[in-house]
This record gives sequence, structure tokens and C-alpha cells, in this order.
Amino acid sequence: MTAEAEYAAVPISVTVNGVKHEATVEPRTLLVYFLREHLGLTGTHVGCDTSQCGACTVQLNGRAVKSCTILAVQANGTEITTIEGLAREGALHPVQEGFREKHGLQCGYCTPGMIMTAVHLLETNPNPTEEEIRHALEGNLCRCTGYVNIVESIRWAAEKMGGENVSR
Amino acid sequence: MTTEHATNGFIGASVRRVEDPVLVTGKGCYVDDIQLPGMLHVAVLRSPYPHAKIISIDTSAAKAMVGVTTVVTGEDLGERLQIPAAPIVPGQKIPPHPVLARGAVHCVGVPVAAVVAQTRALAQDGANAIEVEYEALPSVVNAEKALEPGAPLAREELDSNVCYIATKKGGDVEKAFAQAEHICRMHIASPRQVALAIEPRGIVASPEPMGQGLTVWLSTQAPHRVRGDLATGLGFPEHKIRVIAPDVGGGFGSKGPLYREYVLACHLALKLGRPIKWIATRSEDFVTTIQGRDQAMTSELALKRDGTMLGLKVRVVANLGAYLYSSTAGPPQRMMAMAPGSYQIQNVHVEVVAVFTNTVPTGPYRGAGRPESVLNIERLIDKAAKELGIDRLEIRRKNFIRPEQFPYRSGVGVEYDSGDYEKSLDEALRISDYQQLVRYRDEARARGELVGIGVSTFVEPSGGAGFESGTVRVERTGEITVLTGSSSHGQGHETSFAQVIADKMRVSMDHVAIRHGDTLAIQQGVGTFGSRSMVMGGGAMAKAAERVIEKARRIAAHLVEAAPEDMVQADGGFAVAGVPEKKVTWRQIAAAAHGGRLPAGMEPGLQETAFFDPRREAWAFGAHAALVRIDRETGKPTIEKLVLVDDCGVIINPMIVEGQVHGGVAQGLGEALREQMLFGENGEVLTGTLMNYAVMRAADMPPLILGETVTPNPFNPLGVKGVGEAGTNGAPSAVANAFMDALAPLGIDHIDMPYTAPKLWEAIRQAEGREA
Repeated sequence: MTAEAEYAAVPISVTVNGVKHEATVEPRTLLVYFLREHLGLTGTHVGCDTSQCGACTVQLNGRAVKSCTILAVQANGTEITTIEGLAREGALHPVQEGFREKHGLQCGYCTPGMIMTAVHLLETNPNPTEEEIRHALEGNLCRCTGYVNIVESIRWAAEKMGGENVSR
Repeated sequence: MTTEHATNGFIGASVRRVEDPVLVTGKGCYVDDIQLPGMLHVAVLRSPYPHAKIISIDTSAAKAMVGVTTVVTGEDLGERLQIPAAPIVPGQKIPPHPVLARGAVHCVGVPVAAVVAQTRALAQDGANAIEVEYEALPSVVNAEKALEPGAPLAREELDSNVCYIATKKGGDVEKAFAQAEHICRMHIASPRQVALAIEPRGIVASPEPMGQGLTVWLSTQAPHRVRGDLATGLGFPEHKIRVIAPDVGGGFGSKGPLYREYVLACHLALKLGRPIKWIATRSEDFVTTIQGRDQAMTSELALKRDGTMLGLKVRVVANLGAYLYSSTAGPPQRMMAMAPGSYQIQNVHVEVVAVFTNTVPTGPYRGAGRPESVLNIERLIDKAAKELGIDRLEIRRKNFIRPEQFPYRSGVGVEYDSGDYEKSLDEALRISDYQQLVRYRDEARARGELVGIGVSTFVEPSGGAGFESGTVRVERTGEITVLTGSSSHGQGHETSFAQVIADKMRVSMDHVAIRHGDTLAIQQGVGTFGSRSMVMGGGAMAKAAERVIEKARRIAAHLVEAAPEDMVQADGGFAVAGVPEKKVTWRQIAAAAHGGRLPAGMEPGLQETAFFDPRREAWAFGAHAALVRIDRETGKPTIEKLVLVDDCGVIINPMIVEGQVHGGVAQGLGEALREQMLFGENGEVLTGTLMNYAVMRAADMPPLILGETVTPNPFNPLGVKGVGEAGTNGAPSAVANAFMDALAPLGIDHIDMPYTAPKLWEAIRQAEGREA
């Protein structure tokens, strides 16, 4: 695009869902828009502009982060997992399965971010209490479910994962 | 004609959702996920002023910027592009609502200019480079103040701030008040709420590459309704517009109307011959999407000393904001139609004064007048009980509409279909262990703690808003496609509607596909709002399915050379009564219908469409009960127990119904505890981002205890009533009553929601000061 030339595009290299990508981006490009618009990974959503809603949550070097709060250039050299990279060989991740089993989603818009946050929670705390789950979801907003079944979904997943740290 | 209905068990089962595998893997398709070749982006420059004259707009810098294609202002667009709003009350004022401001702005967030560019960021750069000179005008924010003499005019074109005045009357109110032994008076203001669907609004508009038409992907609850309004607002033929609602990330009423940016994007797409995308930022969404509540109610309830209700007068001052959307004038009407709630009050006078202010326009938000109405009557009845020294439950029981009175014509002339309010209340008391709650509160109170109990016994009218449509089509393979005008945005239509059809037609769930949200595929329809989907959409498809079943029965009979009346439904098709092995499958019937052997004179095809309008609403109801505590030192509110008994008639999918209650309650508790859209004295926006609008988070939710009663609706094919708004209707008023009960020992009669710690602390401090 001709316009981009005016904005001194910067080369970056990131590994997303196990695939290495090299691209040039405007320095001001947020990671979430790089994922969505450059790589076509539209499962990561944008729900706000103040880093409150968590719909854009991805894993970056194993930590759950809000991809609207990081510039793509800051992600240079990192490994990222998005919602699209969670299911392996057609099998849902237990957290994805839990959300389906326990009706943890309605409109589905906050869901990818919720799931990415929950995956990170269970990786660091395989047997969370209800209070710990609710605390972990502090940065993720849902307007449909009242969080009741999201908490249930994460508990279901924790049990399914055997309370073990089964980082994938 | 009735079809025998040997259920195969799908109705009433908590079937896991068909929608979920796609959504949990990030493969959903929301509007912003759509990328079209050659697509351009539009950014909108908005008014920072609540009320101002536009002196000049300088777009020259923006036009000169790299990547910028087009810049437009209101003057460029002329008078033609408007947001249509039909009058719903005679004499209603409908001031201009141009797509881009012309001459003046009347609230913060009004679009003033738009920039089209190659990327989202470049369009925003362009918008930032536009210079607008304003001359600030006096503004008014509060609707009651807007009615005071000398108040600034929110719309300088008008001679007052009143949009309309409407009244509903029943019985002899003056006589009732003359006979009253007690009159209970209240003033309640319901806090303005933000719907806050997590997906902000957005549109992609594309001229059809090989035609004269326009295809629009829109985050909407009502694709057909919006298409009609878009045709009017844009001045483009409706039949050449295709509106597609892809996955929609929540709506709660706010994604019902046609918005300015939609007309703008469509206009630019047609003008430039390129696809155009506009996606709201959250900050834009806050100040441009219709907001809810903001009705101030002044009421008088006439009673006998024994608590018998004689008459009710309500005056509602409804804040409409600065402009009318198609649905803006609606919620106050709803308030009028259900003012007497679940009680036998035949002498009623309700007046609505709908008022323009320099605020974001209001409109339906989950409940849409219902929560205001329930809050009003339920607070009023609690206050009356207290004043008369009668138990709050006894006064409710004394005045409930009784089961044998249904169908019941209310004091404002609306017919309730069915109900058993006392049963619902008893169930809530049983589940909450009410007597134990009373002991707990009384013991706490004796220790000087602020603990309270509240109940709300509410009605929830659902359905309505005209018709809904359903088509049931048996394809050549015998698989079934259902086209519904009721377009989902999270309610699980693809699951619960499939349950209805699988159940009625005796097939498996995967034999049925529910299609919605595309005006090219779907016959005319209405949409999803007002707790109407299963009542109206379900009713329509159930009727269509009955017709298909009757035609199929005749085909099946013909194929096995039996009489149609000897054919009974069996799993996967029909069989001869008493001869189960003489079976005809849907596949065989479909083959016959599409070019095979049909009875003489029968038209080919196996597809039926029904437009369903029961010409009445379905009155769901419930009883919610709350136990709350207020920390006397800090004012911190806690909900210790919340019991929610809802009756939505026959339940199709209990899991989905419970999910609807959970979500509604969370929004209702937001209203009760923390959420309020605030404007400063001069109209400036104080809570315009998620940094300061206090939406409920996971850790804010108390445990919810759900219960149910089932009173089938006798007036629709499925026996169902709506449930989507139950949580926002019942829970806030139960919680409000509980907090006011907690404060009763301090002599506090009423405080308006939301009950934030600072507000409660201040009230406690003042009350204790009085005591001292």
C-alpha cells in the first residue's frame, strides 16, 4: 500500500500458533490489528480502547496479555498463541470444551479472550478456587452470562485437566 | 388443525449449543472480521460539545493527507440523508436528525464530518486533521429540569423541550383517591444505563459488483427492520438492499435501530463504488449508541387501611436525549402499559412526558421500560406496607391478580394471558428460607447492623412488536432448513429453534439447520428484542412446521396407499397407525415432493411459511428475593443472598433459559449497585469509557439461586413466554427494596439506584447526624 511507505514500516518476526511470520508494520500498529488484519486471525477481538475488556487476550511467551495494549513491534521475536492455536488436531482444548459443556458463552465475542485468560490461569494454578477464578477474570468483561457459567466452565476444565498442569 | 405431538424429548432438554464449536475456536464471523477487496475505511469526527452552533469546518488539511480518499460534512450531504423516526404518539415532535450535523450539534458524539481512507488509522488521522469552530450554546441534561420555566432549549428548532405527552387511563381514579384511607407518594429516578454489548457497533457496506444493489453486513438485532429504515434514510430501494447480520456480539436492545454511521457508510459505498467499513471504538460506542432507563417517576398509590389498592397515579418524565431513533420513544410507552404490575388496580392514570435533552439518545435497553415500571410499583408497595404497618408479603398477596382471573384485563386496558403470582412468591420464599432470613435480619438489626430483605413480584410482558415469520423447508434429502426472521445475537436460536423443529418433526437435531440474519435468504421478518424470540419466532416456525407436517402426511399416505388420517408421526417420518414397520421417511416424502409421485392435484415442494401474530403479549412473571448488608462504617453494599424464581411458561432449553436469567440479573445488579451514565452540569460526558463506567465484573457477582414455576401460555403454539429481560426486571427492584429495608432503622425512606458505597455512606452519615 502506497500510504504505508510514508510511515516508515518496521520489519518484525513473530511466531504465531507455531508458524513463523515475517512482516513489516507501521510502528503504531497494535498487536491485535497485526494479528487480525495482517495475519487474518480474527478470533482475537477488540471490545474497547482502554485495555479494560480483555476480548483481545492472547498468550505471548506463555503469558496472557491484552494484544490491544502492545505494539506489534514490541512483539518482535516472541511466540504468540491465539484462540485459533488452542485446539490441536481437531480436539478442543479442555477450556474450550468446558465453555461449551457449561454454557460459558452466549454471543461469543468476549469468549476467545476469556478462554485465553482461563488457559493461562489453569497453567499457573491448576486447581483454582471460585474466588481465584473470579479474581483471574478481573480483566475480562462479559455482558451476556453474568459470569456464572464462565466460572463453571473453568472449573469443569480444571477437573477435566485433572488438576494437573498440562501446559500444551 | 392440530398435529398430534409425540415428542421425541428435545423440548425441555438442556441441549448443548450448536453455535459453540465455531465460537470457542475463534472462527466466528463478526462484522469487523469481514475484509473485502478494495475496501476503504471511514472515521467520524464528532462533536465534543453537548450543544453548539457550527461556525465553520475546515477539511483542507484532511483532504491533502496521504491515503485519504474523501472527506464529507453535513453541508456536502445536504438535507436528504436523515435517520427516520415514525411518530408513535399523535402530535409527537420529530426534529431533524441528519446523518452528519448541519448547522448545530445537540449532544456530545454527534457526527460532524467523515473521512474515508485506505486504512482505519489513516482515516482517523484525517479526522484528527479537520478543524471545526463551534459556538457553545446553553445545554440541559436532566429531563425534569428541562421542563422548568426558562430551561435552555435542547433543540433550538422547537418551542419547548417536550417531545410528546401521552396518557393512559382506566376506571375512576379521582373517585378511588377520594375513597382512599391512605395515599403513598414516591419519586423515583431510574439511573441511565449503557447497554455495552462487548462488540461495538459496526458496518461493512458494499455495492454489488454485478448489479445495482447494496450488500450490508451489520451488527444488528433486526436486519429486516433496519433495512426498511435504511431504504428510507438513504433514499435507496429496499428491495435492492441486502442486510446480513453475521455473528453479533450482544445487543441488549441497543443494536435495534438504524444509526447515522450506517446511512453514512452506505452512502459512501454507493458514491465511491467501493466497500466501506466503519467500526465504532468503545469511546464512540459510549456516546452514540442508545442508552437505557433515565425515567423519573412521581407516583401516588391510593389504598384502604387494610392494604387494598384502590388507585394509582404515575407521572413519568422520560429523558429521550437529543435525537429520536426509531425506538427512542418506545420505553416510556412500555412503562405506561404495565404500570399496575401484578396487582389488581383498576383505577389508573399514567402520564408520560417525553423530553429532549442534550444527552445521548435513549431507547430500549434490556427491559426497555419494564425495569422502571417494576421498580416503581414494587418500591411503592413496599413503602405503602411500611406506612400502613402491614407485612410486605401480605400486602402483595392481598392485591395479586388471582389465577382464576386470567385472561385479565388490567387497569390500563392490557390483557394478561395467564399467571400464578402467589405460587411464584411462595416458591421464592421456600427457596430463600424466608423465615430464617427474617430472623437473621432481625438479629443483625438488634446488633445495630444494617441488613435488609427485599422482594419483587413482577410481570414481564414479552413478544409483541407486530409479527414474526418462519419458513420450514424440507430439502430434497429430507433434511430441514428453517428460515426465521428472528435474528440471534447470543440467545442460542440455532439450538433452541432446532429443538422445537426436531421435536415437532420427529428428527434428530443435526437434521435441522436454523438460518437467520440475511434479508436475501429470509422472508420478511422483525428481529430479536423484547424477550420475543421463542414466543414470536418459535410460534411462527411451529405453525409453519404444522403445515409441512400436514402436507407430508398426505404425501406419506399416498406413497403407502393409506388414508392420511391413518398416518401417524414416527421417528424420522410417518408410519401407518398400528403398523410401525409401514414407515415413510422424510427423505422419501421429500423425493416425492420434488419431482416424484404426489397425490393428484397437489403442488410440488415441501415448504411452508407462517407469519405469526398472536395480537397480544405473553406475560411472564416471577418473584425475586434478596438479602443485603451495608457496612455501617464504609457504606459498602453486599448482596448476601439472591433468589430468582421465574415463570416463562414452557421451557424449551433450561440451560439457555438459566443463562438468560444469569445475564439479565448481572445487568440488573449493575443498575442496582454501580452502573450509571453521568453527564456534568454542562452536558459533558463523565462516564464515557470503561475506565469510569462501572460495569459488573466476575468478582462483583453474588451467588445466584434460581428457581422456576411453569404456567403455560395458552395463546401460542409452544406455550412459551419470554425470559430475556426477567433478570433486569425483577432483581433490581428486589435489591432496592432490600437496601431500603436495611436503611429503614435509620429513618431513610428512599434512595435512588445505584447503591454505591459513597452514596450509602453519605446517607448513613446524614441519618446518624440527624439521630445525634
